[in-house]
Amino acid sequence: MIEQQLVNALTLGSVYALFALGFTLVFGILAVINLSHGAVFMVGSYAALAMVTHFEAPLWAGLLAAMLVAGLIGLGVDVLILKPLRARNAPHLIPMIATIGVTIILTNAAQGLFGAEVQRFPDDVLPPWEFVIGDVHLRGLEIGIVTISFLLMAALFSVLRFTQLGRALRAIGESPKAAALLGINVEGLFHLTSFTAAALGGAAGVLIGLDFNAITPFMGQPVLHKGIAVIILGGMGDIRGALIGGLFLGFAEVLSKAYISSQMGDAVAFGLLFVVLLVRPTGLFGRVPVRKT
Amino acid sequence: MSVLSLRNLGKHFGGLQVLQDVSFEVPGGSIFGLIGPNGAGKTTVFNLVTGLLQPSAGAIVFQGRDLAGTPPHLITRRGIARTFQNIRIFPDMTLQENVMVGMHHLLDYGPLALLAGSRACRDAERGARARARELLSWVKLEHKEQLSADSLSYGDQRKLEFARALATEPKLLLLDEPVAGMNPAEKSQLMDEIRNIRDRGYGVFLIEHDMRFVMGLCDRIAVLNFGRIIAEGEPAEIRSHPDVIEAYLGRDDEAAPAIAP
Amino acid sequence: MEWFSDFWSTYNSLIFTVGINALLALSIWLTLACGLLSLANAAFMGIGAYTAALLTLVLGWPFPAVLAAGAAAPVIVALIIGVPTLRLSGVYLAMATLAFTEMTRVIIINLEITGGPEGLNGIPQSTQWWHIALACGVVAYCLVRLRRSRVGRAFEASREDEVAARLMGIDVDRHKLFAFALGAMIAGLAGALNAHYTFFISPGEYGFENAVDILTMAVLGGISTLIGPVLGSTIITLLPELLRFLQGYRLAVNGAILVLVVLFLPTGLWDPRRMRAWFGRGARRAP
Repeated sequence: MIEQQLVNALTLGSVYALFALGFTLVFGILAVINLSHGAVFMVGSYAALAMVTHFEAPLWAGLLAAMLVAGLIGLGVDVLILKPLRARNAPHLIPMIATIGVTIILTNAAQGLFGAEVQRFPDDVLPPWEFVIGDVHLRGLEIGIVTISFLLMAALFSVLRFTQLGRALRAIGESPKAAALLGINVEGLFHLTSFTAAALGGAAGVLIGLDFNAITPFMGQPVLHKGIAVIILGGMGDIRGALIGGLFLGFAEVLSKAYISSQMGDAVAFGLLFVVLLVRPTGLFGRVPVRKT
Repeated sequence: MSVLSLRNLGKHFGGLQVLQDVSFEVPGGSIFGLIGPNGAGKTTVFNLVTGLLQPSAGAIVFQGRDLAGTPPHLITRRGIARTFQNIRIFPDMTLQENVMVGMHHLLDYGPLALLAGSRACRDAERGARARARELLSWVKLEHKEQLSADSLSYGDQRKLEFARALATEPKLLLLDEPVAGMNPAEKSQLMDEIRNIRDRGYGVFLIEHDMRFVMGLCDRIAVLNFGRIIAEGEPAEIRSHPDVIEAYLGRDDEAAPAIAP
Repeated sequence: MEWFSDFWSTYNSLIFTVGINALLALSIWLTLACGLLSLANAAFMGIGAYTAALLTLVLGWPFPAVLAAGAAAPVIVALIIGVPTLRLSGVYLAMATLAFTEMTRVIIINLEITGGPEGLNGIPQSTQWWHIALACGVVAYCLVRLRRSRVGRAFEASREDEVAARLMGIDVDRHKLFAFALGAMIAGLAGALNAHYTFFISPGEYGFENAVDILTMAVLGGISTLIGPVLGSTIITLLPELLRFLQGYRLAVNGAILVLVVLFLPTGLWDPRRMRAWFGRGARRAP
């Protein structure tokens, strides 16, 4: 049975990684802990649901719509809220609290529009394929989730590593002022980052919504906690850390639930987290937090 | 009798050797100057003496005790106070509060006494306020006592930092470029004030670029260049010392003796 | 006086909650005053609540003893985790304290003795209004006196410039630990009082969301004076009631208010300097 658990773990872990990636992108480049990331995750899920049920579109269209809607919300938050706070040089605390306000608004709005009950994707949109390999039951859905997650992450990695845009983003991550002096359009790239990060979060929302087949206005909160755990573990602002941390958390969660007890899993995760922070505050991969302005 | 003694002091950051084999003695009750071109390592010396950095080699001895490994707040309590090159006052506090922060380790009441509102505590606070007023009057800022520190002009902020450092009752006062950004009148005022401080028994150890100020004020001067001491002595000796002239002006005989009085 | 007893029976729980929240907001003010972004106070509240509740339910201790224990237990924890944790700063400290809060919540969920996820029920309602009023009064008095002393100045100096503070002879690390532990005590006391009022406690009340709520109360009100946190906690507690007419969307309005205050009133609602500037008693500026 362990193979089955490993499949579940990989599925869950890859989505956690995707979610954490968006979160860490914003932290690494904007130096902001965007606590509305959980909310855009949830919004993505509902957007896909609406596309699929209301407009009777295929699932891939739902995914794209989710990413677009979530991305626009992320962009909006950046332009309307984070940008004025940047202009004032507000301490870390302040954007955190503002994004909490955004989460409250979005969660409440979703509750008002869609109701608080659990909703599901209709069965006919889920890919029907199933493979049986030995003891393992592989659903097409799981393959799809893992594939899409890794594709999106690979796309992000490639952009960051191999393109001029990616270099510009990494430069901003080191020092926005220096980057600006080099002629990089820092504000524009901040907007782009916020959009992209939220879009990835929205995608993660759709994938988790499909995996557990449960969508509620409150689904963002537990995932946000886990996202925070992931980036602390993996190193805040570090992309590889988000990937490895996400996978690790997925595995830790699924395997503890299966083999220890269903709740101790969380305690283990947070306990580990706490120890890592004390020993290596920057996380397993994080850089020393010397952020020059 | 020297109060501060640097012995073969060395400091490196990774591969960069910032100070090497630096030795000199700062006598008590006098004004000692450390000069040198930009980047010579002067502020690093201050950072080492105040405990913000640890030496890579050598020793710093203050009043007969080695300062190695001592945290900054304890070094201050032993009697070394400091001002900064780029001013570090507490912007949101009033002038009076800024100076009173300097007296922190001199007020020895604890949380219990202050919660009880004991006599000792109230008297200590009252005494501290009076002392703060006195110190501010030394720098002619007592009339601005209740103003917020960030509303002061640059020159006034320097003076505030000076008063605050004095509040710690130091035996040795380290001044990092105390007259940078001041106009000649303010500089002259500060020179008088520093002489007064010396006459009251404090020792002063300063870093400065303004030659007129340094030559006119200091009893002894040491010169630092590329992390090494190249000369030490009285102002007259330093002024005409060939290595010093070369360090500042480069090798050009036409330009000697260029360090004007 | 019938008006009063009607008023009281309708609103007493709201007033109790305002008092408890004021205590919590003050507890976090202490850490913020020192420059510490700590999200641990919800956990400390939980530790205090559970300690007190268990001592009452299992050992039958008298109420004052239970309150004392509820205040003391978090202090012990704070001292233990404070030493390594307070070496971190800024965002990293926030994250570490957050991790600690969640870890505590999860541990509580998983222990038999704490009643697991269902929490503890049937705690005797020993808390009277005057307990809370007294607690608020004593805490406020202590903090006011602390603020105007060398300890308060040391906190402020550490917050504004830690390096300069050290060079003034202030043992910054010890002061931070003191603020952290004292904040834990106040939060624990609030938890103990609350547990004996609401007669039922569960782990979900002491997690990340609650830590954020407490922080929000302090920041909303403003941390330059002690009035700020009290004001902030009062408003956040009362706002859902005041906005009741908005029914389903009142939380969204809550969130919107939060965003607007953060954007337009960055120093919080109660900021003496800004008020002086606006109402022109002559701001403290040099002539």
